[in-house]
Amino acid sequence: MRNRIMGLFAISAITTFTLAGCKDTPASNAPVTGNGTNAVSTSSRPVAAENGNPVTGNEILVGEYASLTGDTATFGKGTHNGIQMAIDEANDAGGISGKKIRLLTEDDASKPEQAQTVVTKLCADDKVAVVLGEVASTRSIRGASICQKYGVPMISPSSTNPEVTKGGDCIFRVCFTDDFQAAVAAHYAWDAGWKTAAIFKDIKSDYAKGFAENFSAEYTKLGGKITGEQSYQGSDTDFKAQLNTLKGQDPSCVMVPGYYSEMGTIARQAKEIGLKVPLLGGDGWDSPQLIPGAGTALEDCVFTDHYFSTELKDKGIEDFVAGFTKKYGAAPDALAALGYDAAKLMIDALKRAKTLDGKGIRAAIAETKDFAGVSGTITIDANGNARKSALVMQIKGKDFKVIKSYTPEQIGK
Amino acid sequence: MQAFLQQIIYGIQLGSLYALIALGYTMVYGVLRLINFAHGDVYMVGAYVGFYCCTSWLPFQDLTTHPGAATTNIALAIVALLLSMVLCSMLGIVIERFAYRPLRNGLQQIDAHFWGAIIALPIASHFVKLASLAGVLVYAVAAVAIGFAMRPVMTYLRKHTVLSTSRLNALITAIGVSLALENGGLLVFGSDQKFIGNVLPEGTVTVFGIQFSSGQSAIFIVSVILMLGLRYVVLYTRRGKAMRAISHDIEAAKLMGIDTDRVISFTFALGASLAGAGGAMVAMLTHVKINTLFGLQPGLKAFVAAVLGGAGNIPGAALGGVVMGVAESVVAGSKFSTYKDAIAFCLLIGVLLFRPAGLLGKNVAEKV
Repeated sequence: MRNRIMGLFAISAITTFTLAGCKDTPASNAPVTGNGTNAVSTSSRPVAAENGNPVTGNEILVGEYASLTGDTATFGKGTHNGIQMAIDEANDAGGISGKKIRLLTEDDASKPEQAQTVVTKLCADDKVAVVLGEVASTRSIRGASICQKYGVPMISPSSTNPEVTKGGDCIFRVCFTDDFQAAVAAHYAWDAGWKTAAIFKDIKSDYAKGFAENFSAEYTKLGGKITGEQSYQGSDTDFKAQLNTLKGQDPSCVMVPGYYSEMGTIARQAKEIGLKVPLLGGDGWDSPQLIPGAGTALEDCVFTDHYFSTELKDKGIEDFVAGFTKKYGAAPDALAALGYDAAKLMIDALKRAKTLDGKGIRAAIAETKDFAGVSGTITIDANGNARKSALVMQIKGKDFKVIKSYTPEQIGK
Repeated sequence: MQAFLQQIIYGIQLGSLYALIALGYTMVYGVLRLINFAHGDVYMVGAYVGFYCCTSWLPFQDLTTHPGAATTNIALAIVALLLSMVLCSMLGIVIERFAYRPLRNGLQQIDAHFWGAIIALPIASHFVKLASLAGVLVYAVAAVAIGFAMRPVMTYLRKHTVLSTSRLNALITAIGVSLALENGGLLVFGSDQKFIGNVLPEGTVTVFGIQFSSGQSAIFIVSVILMLGLRYVVLYTRRGKAMRAISHDIEAAKLMGIDTDRVISFTFALGASLAGAGGAMVAMLTHVKINTLFGLQPGLKAFVAAVLGGAGNIPGAALGGVVMGVAESVVAGSKFSTYKDAIAFCLLIGVLLFRPAGLLGKNVAEKV
C-alpha cells in the first residue's frame, strides 16, 4: 500500500513535468513567416474594437510592465531607467499641452503569467492611456493580447519575436525583429568563415525558438550547414550532455539564442567539456550580468545587438549617455536606450495625437516617420514594426566591443 | 561510443547529486511515512548558504584577480560546505519541530514563540529596516511579545483540536512548507538570481578520451563520502539503530523506551544536511544561477529517484539517483533532448509496472 501511494505521487510528478513541457503560447507554434520587417503595404493585423482609456483630467497615465526582478531582472531595470528618464525630461519641459505624464510601473517578476495579470491591472483598473513593455517576447505576446483587447496602444521597446506585433493594430515596437536579427547573425557567421553551425535553444522561450528558426533558414540559404540542434529549458542547471553531443558533431560555431541568465552556465560548461568553438547569440545576451555569470568563458564570443553602443560616435548618443550616467551613475545598455526611445516616441505621438484616446494615440504612433532615436532612426511600418540596423558585438574581458554593423539593405531584408 | 560513455559519466555525476537529495526523502519516508516535499527547498537554502559564504561570510578571493588564493579557497570551500550542512540540518529540525510534530503530538506552548517570530517578520519589516541594529531589536521585541500573546491561543487550540493520523494532512503540510520556503526565500534572499564568481580552481583530466572535470568529480567524490558516512551512522550507531527500529515499527520502538521524537528530529537533520551539502556544492562548483526555485526540479527528480530505488530503502535511493541521472543524461545527449524530463520519467513508470516497490524495495503487505 505505502509503495503504491509513493508510486502514485511519482506518477503525478511525471504528469506535471510533461504537461509543463507542453505549456506554451499558441502563437509560438505558428510558423514564422519571415516578412516581419519587409514593409507590406496593407496590414492584416486584427483591429481593436475598444477605444482604450481616453485621457481625463490633468494627467496622462502611462503604464509600464517590466521584469524588475527575477530571471531577466537587468532587462527590466535598464528599460525602466530609460523610460523614466524620457518621461522626466518631457515633464520638465512642461508636459504635453499642459498635462504631465505619470508613469505607473508594474513588476512582472520575469513571469509570463504575471505579465498578463499586471497588464490587465494597468488597462482595466488604472485606466492607462498607453502601455510600455516588455523585453522578453514571451511576456510581450501575453501583454499584447490584453492591450489589444482593451484597445490600449502598447509599445514594446525591445521584443524581437515577429509574433509580438501580429497580435493586433494596437501593438508596436521600436526595435528590429528576429527575422532580421537572426539573419544578421547568420550573415556574420558566414562572413567570419564558419561554414557549419550547431543550435542550442531554450524550448520554453518564444524568442529563442523564433531566433533559431530564422537563423537556420538564412544560414542554410547562404550555404552553411546546420550540424544539429539540441534544446534545454531555462530552469536547467546541467547542459553538459547536450553540449557534448553538439561537440561530437564538430560545428565551427554554436548558436545559443538564449537570455543572459543561463548563458554563463552554458558557456562555462561548454568550456569545461572542451567545446572550443565560439558561441553566438542575440540581443538576449546584452546584460551587465552576462560577464559575472560567465567569467572568462565567453571571451571572444559574439552576439547581435540593437544599434546602440557607448562606443558609437554620435551627438544624440553621447548626450543620452552623459544624461543617463549623470542620473543613474552607470552607463546605459542597449535595453535602456530602447526604453528611452520607446518612451520618446510615445511622447512624440501624444503631442501629435488628434484625440487623447486609444484610437487617436494609436493612429499617431502608426504615423511615426523618421523619428530620430538614440538607437537609430525609427519609422513604424504597417505591421507596427521598426526597420533598423543591427550591431555585432564581441566580448572582450568585461566589455562588449562593436565589431561590425549591418543595415537591412545589406542583407536584403 | 566514446561520446556515449562520456554521457554515462555525466549521468553518474548528476545522479550522485540526485542520490544525495533522494536519501533525505527516503529516510524521512522510512521513519514517518511522510513525503517531505520541503526537502528540495532545503537544498535551495544550502545553495544560498554556499553563495553567501563565497561572497560575504567567508574571505574568499576571486581567482581571476588573486590566482594564488586557490589553496585557501579550497579550505574555505570545505568550511562553507560544513556550514551549509549545519545550517540546513538546523532548518530541517525547525521544519520538523514546528510543521510536522504538531500534527503528530498536538501544539505546545513553545509553538507560540515560533509563530510569534514568523508573524513579527512582516510586521517589523513594515516599520523598520530589518538589516540594522534597531531593526533587529524591534523585531526581537515584537517576536517575543507576539509569542507570549499567542500562548493562550496555542493552549486553546491544543484543547480543542483533534489529532488526526491521516498521512494526507502531513503531506499537505509538507507542500505548504515547501511553498513557504520558496516564497519566504524571496523575502530573505530577494528575487534576483545570484551567481558565484570564480572562486575554485577548475580543470579537466582525460582518461581514455573521457573527460572528468574537477567540479563534477568533486561533487561525485564528496557525495560518495557523505553516503558512506550516512551508511555508517544508520548501521553502526545507537541513533541509527533507533532510526531503523522506528522505521520498522514506531509504536514498538516507543514501548522499548526510544525517544521517537528525538530520533525523528535527528533523521530530519541528517537528511537536510545532505541536501544542504548538495546545494552548496552545486552552487560553488557549477556556477549555475541561484534563485528560490533552485530546488524545485532537482527536488522532484530526487523524489522520483527515491521511489524508483524503493521508498524507505537507503541503498535504493542511491541507486535510483544514479539511474535517473544516467537516463536523463543519455536522453539529453540524444536528438530527443526536448523530451529529456518526460523520457526519464517514463522510465520510472516502466520500472514501477514491473517492480511496484521500486528497484530495491521489498513488497511488504501492510495491514489496513
